[in-house]
Amino acid sequence: MLRIPQLSGRRVVAGIPILWLLVLFLIPFIIVFRISLSEVRLAIPPYTPLLTWHHGSPSLQLHWSSYAFLFTDSLYVSSYLYSLKVAAVSTLCCLLIGYPMAYAIARAAPASRSVLLMLIVLPFWTSFLLRVYAWIGLLKNNGVINNVLLWLGVIHHPLVLLQTDFAVYIGIVYSYLPFMILPLYANLEKHDGALLEAAADLGARPMRAFLRITLPQSLAGILAGSLLVFIPAVGEYVIPTLLGRPDQLMIGRVLSDEFFENRDWPVASAVAILVLLLLVIPIMWFQRLERRELEAQ
Amino acid sequence: MRSRGLFSRCALILGLVFLYVPILSMIIFSFNNSRLVTVWDAAHSPTLKWYVALAGNEQVLRAAWLSIRIALVASTGAVILGTLAGVALARFGAFRGRLLLAGMTTAPIVMPEVITGLSLLLLFVALQQLIGWPRGVGAVTITLSHITFCMAYVTVVVQSRLAGMDMSLEEAAMDLGARPARVFFRITLPLILPAVASGWLLAFTLSWDDLVITQFVAGPASSTLPMVIFSKVRFGVTPDINALATILVLIVATGIAASTVWMRYQQRRRERDVLLAAAANL
Repeated sequence: MLRIPQLSGRRVVAGIPILWLLVLFLIPFIIVFRISLSEVRLAIPPYTPLLTWHHGSPSLQLHWSSYAFLFTDSLYVSSYLYSLKVAAVSTLCCLLIGYPMAYAIARAAPASRSVLLMLIVLPFWTSFLLRVYAWIGLLKNNGVINNVLLWLGVIHHPLVLLQTDFAVYIGIVYSYLPFMILPLYANLEKHDGALLEAAADLGARPMRAFLRITLPQSLAGILAGSLLVFIPAVGEYVIPTLLGRPDQLMIGRVLSDEFFENRDWPVASAVAILVLLLLVIPIMWFQRLERRELEAQ
Repeated sequence: MRSRGLFSRCALILGLVFLYVPILSMIIFSFNNSRLVTVWDAAHSPTLKWYVALAGNEQVLRAAWLSIRIALVASTGAVILGTLAGVALARFGAFRGRLLLAGMTTAPIVMPEVITGLSLLLLFVALQQLIGWPRGVGAVTITLSHITFCMAYVTVVVQSRLAGMDMSLEEAAMDLGARPARVFFRITLPLILPAVASGWLLAFTLSWDDLVITQFVAGPASSTLPMVIFSKVRFGVTPDINALATILVLIVATGIAASTVWMRYQQRRRERDVLLAAAANL
Protein backbone atom coordinates (compact mmCIF):
# COMPACT_ATOMS: atom_id res chain seq x y z
CA MET A 1 0.00 0.00 0.00
CA LEU A 2 2.79 2.38 0.89
CA ARG A 3 4.45 1.89 -2.48
CA ILE A 4 1.68 3.49 -4.51
CA PRO A 5 2.49 7.15 -3.76
CA GLN A 6 6.15 6.47 -4.49
CA LEU A 7 5.30 4.98 -7.85
CA SER A 8 3.10 7.87 -8.89
CA GLY A 9 5.73 10.34 -7.67
CA ARG A 10 8.24 8.65 -9.93
CA ARG A 11 5.79 8.76 -12.76
CA VAL A 12 5.47 12.53 -12.35
CA VAL A 13 9.25 13.06 -12.15
CA ALA A 14 9.90 11.10 -15.34
CA GLY A 15 6.66 12.17 -16.98
CA ILE A 16 7.20 15.93 -16.98
CA PRO A 17 10.43 15.94 -19.03
CA ILE A 18 9.11 13.17 -21.31
CA LEU A 19 5.97 15.16 -22.02
CA TRP A 20 7.91 18.38 -22.61
CA LEU A 21 10.31 16.73 -25.05
CA LEU A 22 7.52 14.87 -26.84
CA VAL A 23 5.71 18.12 -27.53
CA LEU A 24 8.72 20.35 -28.24
CA PHE A 25 11.19 17.90 -29.74
CA LEU A 26 9.57 14.80 -31.24
CA ILE A 27 6.21 16.01 -32.49
CA PRO A 28 7.83 18.95 -34.37
CA PHE A 29 9.65 16.44 -36.59
CA ILE A 30 6.33 14.85 -37.49
CA ILE A 31 5.03 18.30 -38.40
CA VAL A 32 8.13 18.95 -40.53
CA PHE A 33 7.54 15.66 -42.34
CA ARG A 34 3.90 16.53 -42.88
CA ILE A 35 4.70 19.93 -44.34
CA SER A 36 7.38 18.44 -46.59
CA LEU A 37 4.52 16.56 -48.29
CA SER A 38 2.50 19.72 -48.92
CA GLU A 39 2.69 22.16 -51.76
CA VAL A 40 3.61 25.79 -51.42
CA ARG A 41 0.80 28.33 -51.77
CA LEU A 42 0.35 32.03 -51.22
CA ALA A 43 -1.39 32.09 -47.88
CA ILE A 44 -0.78 32.03 -44.17
CA PRO A 45 0.59 29.47 -43.41
CA PRO A 46 2.17 29.11 -46.87
CA TYR A 47 1.46 25.42 -47.54
CA THR A 48 -1.50 23.29 -48.57
CA PRO A 49 -3.31 21.08 -46.04
CA LEU A 50 -2.78 17.35 -46.42
CA LEU A 51 -6.32 16.46 -45.51
CA THR A 52 -9.10 18.08 -47.52
CA TRP A 53 -12.83 17.43 -47.37
CA HIS A 54 -14.76 16.65 -50.55
CA HIS A 55 -18.51 16.27 -50.11
CA GLY A 56 -18.14 15.16 -46.53
CA SER A 57 -15.42 12.57 -47.06
CA PRO A 58 -11.75 13.20 -46.31
CA SER A 59 -9.16 12.88 -49.02
CA LEU A 60 -5.47 12.69 -48.35
CA GLN A 61 -3.19 14.60 -50.69
CA LEU A 62 0.48 13.76 -50.54
CA HIS A 63 2.81 15.74 -52.74
CA TRP A 64 6.26 14.32 -53.29
CA SER A 65 7.10 17.24 -55.57
CA SER A 66 9.43 18.93 -53.03
CA TYR A 67 11.58 15.82 -52.86
CA ALA A 68 11.53 15.36 -56.63
CA PHE A 69 12.58 19.00 -56.97
CA LEU A 70 15.54 18.54 -54.63
CA PHE A 71 16.86 15.59 -56.60
CA THR A 72 16.48 17.21 -60.01
CA ASP A 73 18.13 20.53 -59.18
CA SER A 74 21.90 20.10 -59.04
CA LEU A 75 22.24 22.99 -56.55
CA TYR A 76 20.72 20.88 -53.78
CA VAL A 77 22.61 17.68 -54.55
CA SER A 78 25.92 19.52 -54.72
CA SER A 79 25.37 21.43 -51.46
CA TYR A 80 24.35 18.16 -49.79
CA LEU A 81 27.55 16.46 -50.91
CA TYR A 82 29.63 19.55 -50.16
CA SER A 83 28.31 19.62 -46.57
CA LEU A 84 29.29 15.98 -46.10
CA LYS A 85 32.77 16.65 -47.44
CA VAL A 86 33.29 19.74 -45.26
CA ALA A 87 32.04 17.92 -42.15
CA ALA A 88 34.23 14.86 -42.82
CA VAL A 89 37.41 16.85 -43.50
CA SER A 90 36.83 19.09 -40.47
CA THR A 91 36.21 16.08 -38.24
CA LEU A 92 39.45 14.48 -39.41
CA CYS A 93 41.39 17.72 -38.79
CA CYS A 94 39.81 18.04 -35.32
CA LEU A 95 40.90 14.48 -34.55
CA LEU A 96 44.47 15.00 -35.79
CA ILE A 97 44.84 18.20 -33.75
CA GLY A 98 42.74 17.16 -30.76
CA TYR A 99 44.20 13.70 -30.15
CA PRO A 100 47.75 14.83 -29.29
CA MET A 101 46.32 17.64 -27.17
CA ALA A 102 44.05 15.29 -25.20
CA TYR A 103 46.97 12.87 -24.88
CA ALA A 104 49.28 15.56 -23.49
CA ILE A 105 46.65 16.65 -20.94
CA ALA A 106 46.02 13.07 -19.83
CA ARG A 107 49.79 12.58 -19.35
CA ALA A 108 50.29 15.91 -17.52
CA ALA A 109 50.75 16.15 -13.76
CA PRO A 110 47.37 15.85 -11.97
CA ALA A 111 47.65 19.38 -10.59
CA SER A 112 48.06 21.00 -14.00
CA ARG A 113 45.41 18.80 -15.67
CA SER A 114 42.47 20.79 -14.34
CA VAL A 115 44.10 24.07 -15.39
CA LEU A 116 44.74 22.75 -18.91
CA LEU A 117 41.19 21.43 -19.18
CA MET A 118 39.88 24.82 -18.09
CA LEU A 119 41.98 26.47 -20.79
CA ILE A 120 40.42 24.15 -23.39
CA VAL A 121 36.87 24.78 -22.19
CA LEU A 122 37.18 28.52 -21.52
CA PRO A 123 36.74 29.66 -25.17
CA PHE A 124 33.61 27.52 -25.32
CA TRP A 125 32.05 29.74 -22.65
CA THR A 126 32.61 32.88 -24.69
CA SER A 127 30.30 33.64 -27.57
CA PHE A 128 30.54 31.17 -30.46
CA LEU A 129 29.42 33.86 -32.91
CA LEU A 130 32.11 36.30 -31.77
CA ARG A 131 34.82 33.65 -31.99
CA VAL A 132 33.87 32.95 -35.61
CA TYR A 133 33.74 36.68 -36.24
CA ALA A 134 37.29 37.02 -34.88
CA TRP A 135 38.52 34.89 -37.80
CA ILE A 136 37.19 37.45 -40.31
CA GLY A 137 39.64 39.95 -38.84
CA LEU A 138 42.47 37.43 -39.05
CA LEU A 139 41.77 36.03 -42.51
CA LYS A 140 40.68 38.96 -44.67
CA ASN A 141 42.86 40.49 -47.40
CA ASN A 142 44.14 43.27 -45.16
CA GLY A 143 43.72 41.11 -42.06
CA VAL A 144 46.20 40.20 -39.35
CA ILE A 145 47.62 37.05 -40.98
CA ASN A 146 48.25 38.75 -44.34
CA ASN A 147 49.74 41.82 -42.67
CA VAL A 148 52.14 39.71 -40.63
CA LEU A 149 53.19 37.62 -43.63
CA LEU A 150 53.69 40.75 -45.78
CA TRP A 151 55.70 42.39 -43.02
CA LEU A 152 57.88 39.29 -42.65
CA GLY A 153 58.42 39.29 -46.41
CA VAL A 154 57.10 35.73 -46.80
CA ILE A 155 54.58 36.92 -49.39
CA HIS A 156 54.42 40.02 -51.59
CA HIS A 157 50.71 40.03 -52.34
CA PRO A 158 47.98 39.31 -49.84
CA LEU A 159 46.64 35.74 -49.93
CA VAL A 160 42.94 35.18 -50.47
CA LEU A 161 41.99 33.34 -47.28
CA LEU A 162 38.49 34.53 -46.47
CA GLN A 163 35.52 33.09 -48.38
CA THR A 164 37.38 29.86 -49.17
CA ASP A 165 36.99 26.22 -48.14
CA PHE A 166 40.09 26.69 -46.02
CA ALA A 167 38.38 29.41 -43.96
CA VAL A 168 35.39 27.13 -43.33
CA TYR A 169 37.67 24.29 -42.17
CA ILE A 170 39.51 26.68 -39.85
CA GLY A 171 36.22 28.00 -38.46
CA ILE A 172 34.73 24.56 -37.81
CA VAL A 173 37.92 23.08 -36.34
CA TYR A 174 38.33 26.13 -34.14
CA SER A 175 34.76 26.06 -32.84
CA TYR A 176 34.39 22.31 -32.37
CA LEU A 177 37.87 21.38 -31.09
CA PRO A 178 36.80 21.26 -27.40
CA PHE A 179 34.05 18.75 -28.34
CA MET A 180 36.74 16.47 -29.76
CA ILE A 181 39.24 16.92 -26.92
CA LEU A 182 36.90 16.35 -23.95
CA PRO A 183 35.64 12.82 -24.80
CA LEU A 184 39.16 11.85 -25.91
CA TYR A 185 40.61 13.10 -22.63
CA ALA A 186 37.92 11.30 -20.60
CA ASN A 187 38.94 8.11 -22.36
CA LEU A 188 42.74 8.53 -22.34
CA GLU A 189 42.79 9.53 -18.68
CA LYS A 190 41.46 6.11 -17.65
CA HIS A 191 44.21 4.16 -19.41
CA ASP A 192 46.47 2.01 -17.29
CA GLY A 193 50.13 2.99 -17.71
CA ALA A 194 51.22 -0.54 -16.67
CA LEU A 195 50.32 -1.93 -20.10
CA LEU A 196 52.62 0.55 -21.82
CA GLU A 197 55.41 -0.21 -19.36
CA ALA A 198 54.96 -3.93 -19.97
CA ALA A 199 55.15 -3.32 -23.71
CA ALA A 200 58.31 -1.25 -23.26
CA ASP A 201 59.85 -3.95 -21.04
CA LEU A 202 59.15 -6.50 -23.73
CA GLY A 203 61.03 -4.30 -26.19
CA ALA A 204 58.22 -2.55 -28.08
CA ARG A 205 59.14 0.81 -29.59
CA PRO A 206 57.01 3.73 -28.29
CA MET A 207 55.30 4.14 -31.66
CA ARG A 208 54.44 0.44 -31.81
CA ALA A 209 53.17 0.45 -28.23
CA PHE A 210 51.01 3.47 -29.05
CA LEU A 211 49.57 1.87 -32.18
CA ARG A 212 48.95 -1.51 -30.58
CA ILE A 213 47.77 -0.45 -27.09
CA THR A 214 46.76 3.18 -26.66
CA LEU A 215 45.06 3.72 -30.01
CA PRO A 216 42.77 0.63 -29.94
CA GLN A 217 41.84 1.37 -26.33
CA SER A 218 40.84 4.92 -27.16
CA LEU A 219 38.56 3.95 -30.04
CA ALA A 220 35.38 4.74 -28.08
CA GLY A 221 36.68 8.23 -27.32
CA ILE A 222 37.67 8.80 -30.96
CA LEU A 223 34.19 7.76 -32.09
CA ALA A 224 32.34 9.89 -29.53
CA GLY A 225 34.44 12.97 -30.31
CA SER A 226 34.14 12.49 -34.07
CA LEU A 227 30.37 12.12 -33.97
CA LEU A 228 30.09 15.12 -31.66
CA VAL A 229 31.90 17.18 -34.34
CA PHE A 230 30.59 15.56 -37.53
CA ILE A 231 26.84 15.59 -36.89
CA PRO A 232 26.38 19.30 -36.07
CA ALA A 233 29.03 20.29 -38.65
CA VAL A 234 26.91 18.84 -41.49
CA GLY A 235 24.17 21.36 -40.74
CA GLU A 236 26.48 24.25 -39.80
CA TYR A 237 25.04 27.63 -40.76
CA VAL A 238 26.97 30.46 -39.09
CA ILE A 239 30.54 29.44 -40.02
CA PRO A 240 30.04 28.96 -43.78
CA THR A 241 27.88 32.09 -43.95
CA LEU A 242 30.54 34.28 -42.34
CA LEU A 243 33.72 32.64 -43.63
CA GLY A 244 32.77 30.46 -46.60
CA ARG A 245 32.44 30.72 -50.36
CA PRO A 246 29.44 32.63 -51.66
CA ASP A 247 29.18 30.32 -54.70
CA GLN A 248 29.00 27.00 -52.83
CA LEU A 249 26.46 26.83 -50.02
CA MET A 250 26.24 24.23 -47.30
CA ILE A 251 22.93 22.47 -46.74
CA GLY A 252 22.12 24.39 -43.54
CA ARG A 253 22.31 27.66 -45.44
CA VAL A 254 20.19 26.21 -48.28
CA LEU A 255 17.51 25.21 -45.77
CA SER A 256 17.56 28.61 -44.14
CA ASP A 257 17.42 30.45 -47.50
CA GLU A 258 14.52 28.32 -48.76
CA PHE A 259 12.66 29.19 -45.60
CA PHE A 260 13.48 32.87 -45.11
CA GLU A 261 14.23 34.13 -48.65
CA ASN A 262 12.01 31.96 -50.88
CA ARG A 263 9.38 31.33 -48.21
CA ASP A 264 9.05 27.80 -49.55
CA TRP A 265 8.22 25.90 -46.37
CA PRO A 266 7.62 22.50 -48.03
CA VAL A 267 11.03 22.50 -49.75
CA ALA A 268 12.78 23.69 -46.55
CA SER A 269 11.03 20.85 -44.68
CA ALA A 270 12.05 18.32 -47.32
CA VAL A 271 15.69 19.46 -46.98
CA ALA A 272 15.43 19.03 -43.20
CA ILE A 273 13.99 15.51 -43.57
CA LEU A 274 16.73 14.46 -46.01
CA VAL A 275 19.46 15.76 -43.68
CA LEU A 276 17.80 13.96 -40.77
CA LEU A 277 17.64 10.68 -42.71
CA LEU A 278 21.36 10.97 -43.32
CA LEU A 279 22.11 11.76 -39.67
CA VAL A 280 19.79 9.26 -37.98
CA ILE A 281 22.37 6.47 -37.96
CA PRO A 282 25.25 8.63 -36.60
CA ILE A 283 22.90 10.14 -33.98
CA MET A 284 21.76 6.71 -32.77
CA TRP A 285 25.36 5.52 -32.75
CA PHE A 286 26.31 8.50 -30.61
CA GLN A 287 23.45 7.77 -28.20
CA ARG A 288 24.61 4.18 -27.78
CA LEU A 289 28.16 5.32 -27.00
CA GLU A 290 26.84 7.89 -24.54
CA ARG A 291 24.65 5.31 -22.77
CA ARG A 292 27.53 2.89 -22.45
CA GLU A 293 29.79 5.62 -21.09
CA LEU A 294 27.22 6.54 -18.41
CA GLU A 295 26.52 2.95 -17.45
CA ALA A 296 30.24 2.18 -17.12
CA GLN A 297 30.58 4.75 -14.32
CA MET B 1 59.06 7.56 -24.86
CA ARG B 2 60.49 11.01 -24.39
CA SER B 3 60.14 12.04 -28.04
CA ARG B 4 56.43 11.20 -28.07
CA GLY B 5 55.85 13.20 -24.89
CA LEU B 6 57.61 16.12 -26.55
CA PHE B 7 55.47 15.87 -29.68
CA SER B 8 52.14 15.84 -27.84
CA ARG B 9 53.28 18.64 -25.54
CA CYS B 10 54.18 20.83 -28.54
CA ALA B 11 50.80 19.99 -30.09
CA LEU B 12 49.10 21.05 -26.86
CA ILE B 13 50.92 24.39 -26.75
CA LEU B 14 50.27 25.10 -30.44
CA GLY B 15 46.64 24.07 -30.00
CA LEU B 16 46.20 26.48 -27.10
CA VAL B 17 47.80 29.26 -29.17
CA PHE B 18 45.33 28.43 -31.96
CA LEU B 19 42.43 28.66 -29.47
CA TYR B 20 43.47 31.97 -27.95
CA VAL B 21 45.06 34.05 -30.77
CA PRO B 22 41.72 35.05 -32.36
CA ILE B 23 40.31 36.13 -29.00
CA LEU B 24 43.45 38.09 -28.15
CA SER B 25 43.51 39.83 -31.53
CA MET B 26 39.88 40.83 -31.05
CA ILE B 27 40.72 42.34 -27.66
CA ILE B 28 43.77 44.22 -28.97
CA PHE B 29 41.95 45.70 -31.95
CA SER B 30 39.07 46.86 -29.78
CA PHE B 31 41.47 49.62 -28.62
CA ASN B 32 42.42 50.56 -32.18
CA ASN B 33 41.48 54.03 -33.42
CA SER B 34 41.18 53.08 -37.10
CA ARG B 35 37.87 52.12 -38.66
CA LEU B 36 39.76 49.53 -40.67
CA VAL B 37 39.81 47.28 -37.59
CA THR B 38 42.88 45.23 -38.54
CA VAL B 39 45.21 48.09 -39.45
CA TRP B 40 46.75 49.40 -36.26
CA ASP B 41 46.63 53.20 -36.11
CA ALA B 42 49.66 53.77 -33.89
CA ALA B 43 49.28 57.55 -33.69
CA HIS B 44 45.87 57.58 -32.03
CA SER B 45 45.71 54.24 -30.26
CA PRO B 46 44.94 52.87 -27.75
CA THR B 47 41.56 54.50 -27.50
CA LEU B 48 38.31 53.72 -25.74
CA LYS B 49 36.12 55.35 -28.36
CA TRP B 50 34.46 52.08 -29.49
CA TYR B 51 33.47 51.38 -25.89
CA VAL B 52 31.93 54.84 -25.69
CA ALA B 53 30.12 54.24 -28.99
CA LEU B 54 28.86 50.93 -27.66
CA ALA B 55 27.51 52.45 -24.45
CA GLY B 56 25.40 54.83 -26.56
CA ASN B 57 24.12 52.15 -28.93
CA GLU B 58 20.46 51.85 -28.02
CA GLN B 59 19.86 48.82 -30.28
CA VAL B 60 22.70 46.75 -28.78
CA LEU B 61 21.72 47.60 -25.21
CA ARG B 62 18.06 46.71 -25.77
CA ALA B 63 19.02 43.42 -27.42
CA ALA B 64 21.44 42.59 -24.59
CA TRP B 65 18.74 43.22 -21.98
CA LEU B 66 16.28 40.98 -23.84
CA SER B 67 18.93 38.25 -24.14
CA ILE B 68 19.66 38.40 -20.41
CA ARG B 69 16.00 38.09 -19.46
CA ILE B 70 15.43 35.17 -21.85
CA ALA B 71 18.61 33.42 -20.68
CA LEU B 72 17.61 33.79 -16.99
CA VAL B 73 14.17 32.24 -17.50
CA ALA B 74 15.31 29.62 -20.02
CA SER B 75 18.24 28.39 -17.93
CA THR B 76 16.07 28.13 -14.81
CA GLY B 77 13.41 26.17 -16.71
CA ALA B 78 16.07 23.99 -18.30
CA VAL B 79 17.63 23.22 -14.91
CA ILE B 80 14.31 22.11 -13.42
CA LEU B 81 13.38 19.89 -16.36
CA GLY B 82 16.94 18.65 -16.87
CA THR B 83 17.33 17.71 -13.19
CA LEU B 84 14.05 15.77 -13.27
CA ALA B 85 15.18 13.94 -16.42
CA GLY B 86 18.68 13.31 -15.01
CA VAL B 87 17.29 11.89 -11.75
CA ALA B 88 14.83 9.69 -13.64
CA LEU B 89 17.53 8.33 -15.94
CA ALA B 90 20.13 7.76 -13.24
CA ARG B 91 17.97 6.53 -10.33
CA PHE B 92 14.75 4.94 -11.52
CA GLY B 93 16.25 1.83 -13.10
CA ALA B 94 14.17 0.46 -15.94
CA PHE B 95 10.85 2.18 -16.55
CA ARG B 96 8.52 2.60 -19.46
CA GLY B 97 9.70 5.48 -21.62
CA ARG B 98 13.27 5.33 -20.37
CA LEU B 99 14.76 4.68 -23.79
CA LEU B 100 12.56 7.41 -25.26
CA LEU B 101 13.67 9.90 -22.62
CA ALA B 102 17.34 8.95 -23.00
CA GLY B 103 17.09 9.38 -26.75
CA MET B 104 15.26 12.68 -26.59
CA THR B 105 17.83 14.14 -24.18
CA THR B 106 20.96 13.25 -26.16
CA ALA B 107 19.65 13.96 -29.67
CA PRO B 108 19.23 17.76 -29.23
CA ILE B 109 22.93 18.05 -28.33
CA VAL B 110 24.11 16.93 -31.76
CA MET B 111 21.06 17.90 -33.84
CA PRO B 112 21.98 20.57 -36.43
CA GLU B 113 20.48 23.82 -35.22
CA VAL B 114 18.74 24.71 -38.49
CA ILE B 115 16.65 21.56 -38.18
CA THR B 116 15.73 22.17 -34.53
CA GLY B 117 14.88 25.79 -35.32
CA LEU B 118 12.71 24.96 -38.32
CA SER B 119 10.85 22.20 -36.51
CA LEU B 120 10.15 24.39 -33.46
CA LEU B 121 8.80 27.23 -35.59
CA LEU B 122 6.55 24.86 -37.54
CA LEU B 123 5.31 23.49 -34.19
CA PHE B 124 4.43 26.98 -32.96
CA VAL B 125 2.64 27.77 -36.21
CA ALA B 126 0.67 24.51 -36.01
CA LEU B 127 -0.20 25.13 -32.34
CA GLN B 128 -1.41 28.59 -33.18
CA GLN B 129 -3.73 27.17 -35.83
CA LEU B 130 -4.98 24.45 -33.49
CA ILE B 131 -5.43 26.19 -30.13
CA GLY B 132 -4.68 29.84 -30.87
CA TRP B 133 -1.56 29.88 -28.71
CA PRO B 134 1.17 31.16 -28.81
CA ARG B 135 -0.01 34.38 -30.42
CA GLY B 136 2.77 35.10 -32.89
CA VAL B 137 6.45 34.54 -32.28
CA GLY B 138 8.63 36.50 -29.87
CA ALA B 139 10.21 36.30 -26.43
CA VAL B 140 7.84 33.51 -25.31
CA THR B 141 8.59 31.18 -28.22
CA ILE B 142 12.32 31.94 -27.95
CA THR B 143 12.28 31.03 -24.25
CA LEU B 144 10.36 27.77 -24.83
CA SER B 145 12.82 26.77 -27.56
CA HIS B 146 15.84 27.63 -25.44
CA ILE B 147 14.52 25.58 -22.50
CA THR B 148 14.16 22.61 -24.85
CA PHE B 149 17.70 22.53 -26.23
CA CYS B 150 19.37 23.65 -22.97
CA MET B 151 17.69 20.98 -20.82
CA ALA B 152 19.49 18.29 -22.80
CA TYR B 153 22.84 19.59 -21.58
CA VAL B 154 21.64 19.89 -17.97
CA THR B 155 20.34 16.32 -18.11
CA VAL B 156 23.73 14.99 -19.22
CA VAL B 157 25.58 16.95 -16.51
CA VAL B 158 23.20 15.89 -13.71
CA GLN B 159 22.93 12.30 -14.90
CA SER B 160 26.67 11.76 -15.09
CA ARG B 161 27.12 13.32 -11.63
CA LEU B 162 24.46 10.96 -10.18
CA ALA B 163 25.93 7.98 -12.00
CA GLY B 164 29.33 8.65 -10.41
CA MET B 165 27.85 8.94 -6.90
CA ASP B 166 27.12 5.97 -4.68
CA MET B 167 23.58 5.54 -3.40
CA SER B 168 24.34 4.54 0.19
CA LEU B 169 23.34 7.88 1.75
CA GLU B 170 20.01 7.91 -0.08
CA GLU B 171 19.42 4.27 0.82
CA ALA B 172 20.22 4.95 4.49
CA ALA B 173 17.71 7.81 4.59
CA MET B 174 15.06 5.59 2.98
CA ASP B 175 15.78 2.80 5.46
CA LEU B 176 15.21 5.33 8.25
CA GLY B 177 11.78 5.97 6.80
CA ALA B 178 12.24 9.23 4.89
CA ARG B 179 9.81 9.79 2.05
CA PRO B 180 11.33 9.92 -1.48
CA ALA B 181 10.66 13.64 -1.86
CA ARG B 182 12.36 14.34 1.47
CA VAL B 183 15.31 12.15 0.51
CA PHE B 184 15.64 14.08 -2.72
CA PHE B 185 15.55 17.56 -1.16
CA ARG B 186 17.62 16.74 1.94
CA ILE B 187 20.20 14.31 0.53
CA THR B 188 20.31 14.04 -3.25
CA LEU B 189 19.88 17.68 -4.20
CA PRO B 190 22.59 19.05 -1.84
CA LEU B 191 24.98 16.39 -3.15
CA ILE B 192 24.37 17.17 -6.82
CA LEU B 193 24.13 20.93 -6.28
CA PRO B 194 27.51 21.66 -7.93
CA ALA B 195 26.37 19.76 -11.03
CA VAL B 196 23.01 21.57 -11.01
CA ALA B 197 24.79 24.92 -10.67
CA SER B 198 27.19 24.22 -13.52
CA GLY B 199 24.24 22.94 -15.57
CA TRP B 200 22.49 26.26 -14.95
CA LEU B 201 25.57 28.24 -16.00
CA LEU B 202 25.96 26.12 -19.11
CA ALA B 203 22.29 26.59 -20.00
CA PHE B 204 22.55 30.33 -19.41
CA THR B 205 25.57 30.60 -21.73
CA LEU B 206 23.98 28.48 -24.44
CA SER B 207 20.76 30.47 -24.34
CA TRP B 208 22.59 33.80 -24.26
CA ASP B 209 24.72 32.73 -27.23
CA ASP B 210 22.20 31.04 -29.51
CA LEU B 211 21.65 32.50 -32.93
CA VAL B 212 20.31 29.91 -35.37
CA ILE B 213 17.38 28.46 -33.43
CA THR B 214 16.48 31.93 -32.16
CA GLN B 215 16.35 33.34 -35.69
CA PHE B 216 13.64 30.84 -36.62
CA VAL B 217 11.42 31.39 -33.59
CA ALA B 218 11.93 35.15 -33.09
CA GLY B 219 9.54 37.79 -34.30
CA PRO B 220 10.40 41.13 -35.90
CA ALA B 221 10.14 42.94 -32.55
CA SER B 222 12.34 40.53 -30.60
CA SER B 223 15.98 40.79 -31.66
CA THR B 224 18.36 39.12 -29.24
CA LEU B 225 22.00 40.19 -28.93
CA PRO B 226 23.39 37.43 -31.19
CA MET B 227 20.86 38.41 -33.87
CA VAL B 228 22.00 42.05 -33.73
CA ILE B 229 25.67 41.01 -33.81
CA PHE B 230 25.08 38.67 -36.75
CA SER B 231 23.28 41.27 -38.81
CA LYS B 232 26.17 43.66 -38.19
CA VAL B 233 29.08 41.28 -38.90
CA ARG B 234 27.45 39.62 -41.89
CA PHE B 235 28.44 42.64 -43.93
CA GLY B 236 31.96 43.05 -42.61
CA VAL B 237 33.92 43.80 -39.47
CA THR B 238 32.86 46.65 -37.23
CA PRO B 239 35.10 47.88 -34.42
CA ASP B 240 32.38 48.31 -31.80
CA ILE B 241 31.72 44.55 -32.01
CA ASN B 242 35.35 44.05 -30.96
CA ALA B 243 34.65 46.19 -27.90
CA LEU B 244 31.53 44.17 -27.15
CA ALA B 245 33.48 40.91 -27.52
CA THR B 246 36.16 42.17 -25.13
CA ILE B 247 33.57 43.03 -22.49
CA LEU B 248 31.92 39.59 -22.83
CA VAL B 249 35.27 37.77 -22.62
CA LEU B 250 36.17 39.76 -19.49
CA ILE B 251 32.83 38.91 -17.84
CA VAL B 252 33.24 35.20 -18.60
CA ALA B 253 36.87 35.11 -17.46
CA THR B 254 35.97 36.85 -14.18
CA GLY B 255 33.02 34.52 -13.65
CA ILE B 256 35.09 31.39 -14.22
CA ALA B 257 37.89 32.64 -11.97
CA ALA B 258 35.42 33.55 -9.21
CA SER B 259 33.65 30.19 -9.37
CA THR B 260 36.99 28.34 -9.29
CA VAL B 261 38.05 30.24 -6.17
CA TRP B 262 34.65 29.64 -4.57
CA MET B 263 34.77 25.91 -5.27
CA ARG B 264 38.31 25.66 -3.86
CA TYR B 265 37.08 27.47 -0.73
CA GLN B 266 34.08 25.15 -0.37
CA GLN B 267 36.25 22.08 -0.78
CA ARG B 268 38.73 23.30 1.83
CA ARG B 269 35.87 24.01 4.26
CA ARG B 270 34.46 20.52 3.70
CA GLU B 271 37.87 18.98 4.33
CA ARG B 272 38.20 21.01 7.54
CA ASP B 273 34.75 19.85 8.68
CA VAL B 274 35.74 16.24 8.08
CA LEU B 275 38.92 16.76 10.11
CA LEU B 276 37.01 18.40 12.95
CA ALA B 277 34.46 15.60 12.98
CA ALA B 278 37.22 13.03 13.10
CA ALA B 279 38.91 14.92 15.94
CA ALA B 280 35.64 15.11 17.89
CA ASN B 281 35.25 11.35 17.61
CA LEU B 282 38.60 10.67 19.22
